[in-house]
Amino acid sequence: MATTLFDKIWDEHVIRAMPDGKTLLHIDRHILHDITSPQAFEGLEAKGRRVRNPELTAATEDHIVATTPGRDETTYAPGAEFIRAMRKSAEEHGIRLFGLGDMQQGIVHVIAPELGIALPGSTHTCGDSHTCTVGAIGALAIGVGTSDVEHVLATQTLKLHKPKRMRIEISGALGPGVTAKDAILHIIAAVGAAGGNGHAVEYAGAAVRALAIEARFTLCNMSIELGARIGMVAPDAATIEYLADRPFTPQGEAWDAALAHWRSLATDDHAIFDKEVAIDGGEIAPTVTWGTSPEDAIPVTGAVPDPATISDPGRRATKERALDYMGLTPGTPLEGLAIDMVFIGACTNSRISDLREAARIAEGGRVAGGVRAMVVPGSSTVKRQAEAEGLDRIFAAAGFEWHESGCSMCCALGDDLVAPGTRCISTSNRNFENRQGPGGRTHLASPAMAAAAALAGKIVDVRKA
Amino acid sequence: MEKFTRLTAIAAPLPNDNVDTDAIIPAVSLKRVGVDITALGEYLFHEWRFDPSGKPIEDFVLNKPQFAAPGILVAGRNFGCGSSREHAAWALLYAEVRCIVAPSFGDIFYNNCFRNGVLPAIVRGDDHAGLMRDVTEADGAAPMTVDLEAQQITAPSGEMYGFEVDPAGREALLSGLDDIAMTLEHEDEIAEFQHRHAAVRPWLYNTRFRVKASD
Repeated sequence: MATTLFDKIWDEHVIRAMPDGKTLLHIDRHILHDITSPQAFEGLEAKGRRVRNPELTAATEDHIVATTPGRDETTYAPGAEFIRAMRKSAEEHGIRLFGLGDMQQGIVHVIAPELGIALPGSTHTCGDSHTCTVGAIGALAIGVGTSDVEHVLATQTLKLHKPKRMRIEISGALGPGVTAKDAILHIIAAVGAAGGNGHAVEYAGAAVRALAIEARFTLCNMSIELGARIGMVAPDAATIEYLADRPFTPQGEAWDAALAHWRSLATDDHAIFDKEVAIDGGEIAPTVTWGTSPEDAIPVTGAVPDPATISDPGRRATKERALDYMGLTPGTPLEGLAIDMVFIGACTNSRISDLREAARIAEGGRVAGGVRAMVVPGSSTVKRQAEAEGLDRIFAAAGFEWHESGCSMCCALGDDLVAPGTRCISTSNRNFENRQGPGGRTHLASPAMAAAAALAGKIVDVRKA
Repeated sequence: MEKFTRLTAIAAPLPNDNVDTDAIIPAVSLKRVGVDITALGEYLFHEWRFDPSGKPIEDFVLNKPQFAAPGILVAGRNFGCGSSREHAAWALLYAEVRCIVAPSFGDIFYNNCFRNGVLPAIVRGDDHAGLMRDVTEADGAAPMTVDLEAQQITAPSGEMYGFEVDPAGREALLSGLDDIAMTLEHEDEIAEFQHRHAAVRPWLYNTRFRVKASD
């Protein structure tokens, strides 16, 4: 029978059906971070349980950390107890930790594939909703809460209901100045913030095939913003090229055997999806959000919509509240909207290709007066690479701050915050109220759009910049 | 885990769609609380309850005296979307809000609720609109009852509504059993799976990032 990429990986990892209707699924890779794991270890230790497979587990410190140059675990004081807990647990249970000061430290979803910890055809989890990012290399990657982190630590399994299958096909080609970030924002606006609830999404089509692997991470990263815990792209030659010679990818005969498996991982012709969405890649413009849900995304050439036209009262009230929070009125064009802050980073857009793209725009320019712009690399590896290419000097010359790697202003768990009432254009994935700091106003966009806005001091269409 | 069987409590209406877990428990509160999660309850919806100066925002529903201690929220679509932070379920639990009724939920939050004795009950369409109206009109003057065994809600007016719930989650809430202990009963099968799987996919098991390469 014709099956999907998702089914092939799922079926291979089924241990048994559980009496409650869920499936007991083996988890090949489990990555921990500082915020969602302390309580899991506490629970484990309270019951006297061990970490079942420390050799399949890794950890990093990324969320509640400072990103100021020269930082260490004491720089951001509220993070100290989380970092202490992480280090103690990693030490006691024999888990490899990529902590602050480690050459390979970084945002969990950036380092997992960058280091070759995540692999195609594997099941992969982390106590973080953006774990779906890693599906871009053809892994079945799913975000979980802390109870499930504890469950995986103790059993190396998850109990899950099998999600339905959804395929999002982007046909044609993305236009000049249009990136994977614009594509995913466009898709979320089309299907809604709950359009993928209960589904595993596979991205397919010519425009997806044409994306570099780093851009596929951006695409899959925001699957959770359309409600899907899983987003995937079938591995291909580009995936294999990306993974070759990563620090922890299989070597020698193991690599050859793995390749044979990875090449078999694709959705069969005629496989059935529960839901299909077709998007014309050529119709996607540089896209920016105006509101407080990622579904509030419109072309940069558009204007803030009027909630009065929405008939459903709950939905209308939600969008009215969003406008109020964002300090916007219906009909305001996005182009020309003044910004105070620029954040380039987060597991969505902090890889070397993202930084190159932003630097290309920033080169020779100058951040507009009164605007604070910062660049936060997704990993220490990305930071070193960018510095080797001189990107840090391009940013510094243009007036951008250059930081150490971490989640930074995406989740505002460290001390990088958008100030109350100020407007930030951000390459992160969530424009929720107070997400980037209490009272902060977030407009999601691509790295190029963010860099162009930094120079202009307002939202501009990068195609004209 | 605390069981959930039947709850009679004041229900507060929160009709917004897409209430995300950052709204339920904001990052600033999470940092203030640190690793001791029992204090999360007092920070539930913190940024919606207090302005930046710490003054209560009077028109937010949970700041109204009649909704000072609701046991139930009747919410809008896609409640609990966004971050996987289980702190959202913990904040509800420690604030003693033990049931959310909504037309749909964020997938990860939905699952987290069942692990913490919080019932996410699904009521859709006209029923949801009717229940929201009922709770809004009652304005905290009469309680609502949610009966998980019967899968039935008695609204403040006395009107009855059925609700949907994941059968596995329902069982977990009714029994309060330790999920990990139940899985560990299948330890032999897990070991057998790994043995078999490692034979065909050895590169997944012979990891090079492990602490001791000789493990």
